[in-house]
Amino acid sequence: MSDKVLMKGNEALAEAAIMAGCRHYFGYPITPQTEVAAYMSKRMPKINGVFLQAESEIAAINMVIGVASTGKRVMTSSSSPGISLKSEGISYLAGCDLPALIVNVQRGGPGLGGIQPSQADYFHATRGAGHGDFHLLVLAPASVQEMVNLTFKAFDLAEKYRMPAMILSDGTMGQMMEPVSLDAGEIHEYDKSWALTGTKCERKPNIINSLCLQPEELERLNVERYERYKIVERDEVMYEEYMMDDADVCIVAFGVAARVSQNAIDKARAAGIKVGMIRPITLWPFPKKVLLDTADRVKAFISVELSMGQLIEDIELATRCKKPVLLCSRVGGMIPSTDNVLDKIKEADKIGGAN
Amino acid sequence: MATVFSKPEALTDAPLHYCPGCTHGIIHRLVAEAIDELGVRGRTIGVASVGCSVFTYNYFNCDMVQAAHGRAPAVATGVKRSDPNNIVFTYQGDGDLAAIGTAETVHSAARGENITVIFVNNAIYGMTGGQMAPTTLPGQVTQTSPYGRDVNTVGYPVKVCEMLSKVDGATYLERVAVNNVKNVRAAKAAIKKAFQNQIEGKGFSLIEVLSTCPTNWGMTPDKALGWLEENMIPYYPLGVYKDKYAESEVK
Repeated sequence: MSDKVLMKGNEALAEAAIMAGCRHYFGYPITPQTEVAAYMSKRMPKINGVFLQAESEIAAINMVIGVASTGKRVMTSSSSPGISLKSEGISYLAGCDLPALIVNVQRGGPGLGGIQPSQADYFHATRGAGHGDFHLLVLAPASVQEMVNLTFKAFDLAEKYRMPAMILSDGTMGQMMEPVSLDAGEIHEYDKSWALTGTKCERKPNIINSLCLQPEELERLNVERYERYKIVERDEVMYEEYMMDDADVCIVAFGVAARVSQNAIDKARAAGIKVGMIRPITLWPFPKKVLLDTADRVKAFISVELSMGQLIEDIELATRCKKPVLLCSRVGGMIPSTDNVLDKIKEADKIGGAN
Repeated sequence: MATVFSKPEALTDAPLHYCPGCTHGIIHRLVAEAIDELGVRGRTIGVASVGCSVFTYNYFNCDMVQAAHGRAPAVATGVKRSDPNNIVFTYQGDGDLAAIGTAETVHSAARGENITVIFVNNAIYGMTGGQMAPTTLPGQVTQTSPYGRDVNTVGYPVKVCEMLSKVDGATYLERVAVNNVKNVRAAKAAIKKAFQNQIEGKGFSLIEVLSTCPTNWGMTPDKALGWLEENMIPYYPLGVYKDKYAESEVK
């Protein structure tokens, strides 16, 4: 275990990426993720890495595609409006089966929106990060330490399954400072025989491509990709439980919403209400099974989110609407207060007339 | 028996899908010959674009990546920056390079990316069936300019070499044509120089190749070659628009 250092979330993420072996960063300035780019612009030249400020978000994600095609670890970061622009490239990454890391430090939307924290890109990240049938690995840190750990994890999973990964963060995670341990752990080596390294006139050309005009073949490629996704859903789900052993009410929240919820749970417990939390760490793959199992032993769920009811849909799907799911949400850059969550806990606790 | 003419090694044996009389095939051959003659096939990585030339990844016998519409220079930037020893080229049409990918074109030139761009200008969108391109000539009839390109409503064609000649980062810009033997020979020399520049680390080279599209122009191949000579070359004059190193040698 290395010594802990005090770091800002965005900078900790950037340093973690470097420790994970990422030597290529492409980005475009946008609040509130600028620290990632600024950090990379300082560090990369000193370690023979590449920092390049692209002419657009679109160019940045396509530069990412270029490096990813050569089999090297590469990343970009942006915030919500910029991520919309990257969607084309994200779809191509998925269609070309290329690993890469995309960081979304979310802000309020839609449109230009605001610059304060938000989770309103949940649907975009988990459902529609571009055209076509595909998934991103979506990891949601709830501390600066997780900004580090999940960055290592994201690079690893992306290479393991040859698919793009996204860190879905927000302005609070990016800006806050906490002590962190920067220990990358072991970096796994995966097969890269597909990478464009030049044939050296010794092998057949490698082709990175997402075009396929034969419908039977394109269907086969999609089905194969989804077989791989099934393995990810089986093996890579990450979540954390908090006080769930005897809980009657289960909060589901990620990122900053989970931190607020934890405070509210402590207060509610002090008042004798049995409430706990399941915090998804992977938003895709979503922790469906634990939620379904939990639905048999709680009387209600609460979705605490910084969006107008997006996460709640996955909770309802996962639990097959077996129990009521209440929504506690603030948007536009607002964050639910502990009391907002506490009020919703009390409301949920009255359901079914228990206690 | 002595072999006097053969297929370049940098081309695969895949049959080209291009329409009869289309000059893409000639340009493919010139690019492949340049790669062979410079001995760089084993470290060449090509970037295919969107349009008729999308399938170049099947034709060039080197590692290839297929980029989204207009994004080839950005993808090429990533490939080149990943390993500067790679020889990286893009092969793009006019819609790809001069419309949807204008920003990527201009900024890869501005950065002086050490890549080679082969820009095929046939004044029309071929793959989608003959729509007006950024390089469609004034008055030219296409599927989406059925009364002829009206510059008062849709504006003027983009002259890429002229535009990029004002970009400090660009190293070498030349416009060539492949409508007759003399021009094909000049095109070959220009393309080879564009690769040679990259090998020598000289920076961004773009060769604009005036090309025909008999199918969508609605002409026989022979007539199309004549139309290129009579209509395209006057609007898009051939020649070197920038040669940074020649300029410095003169000085």
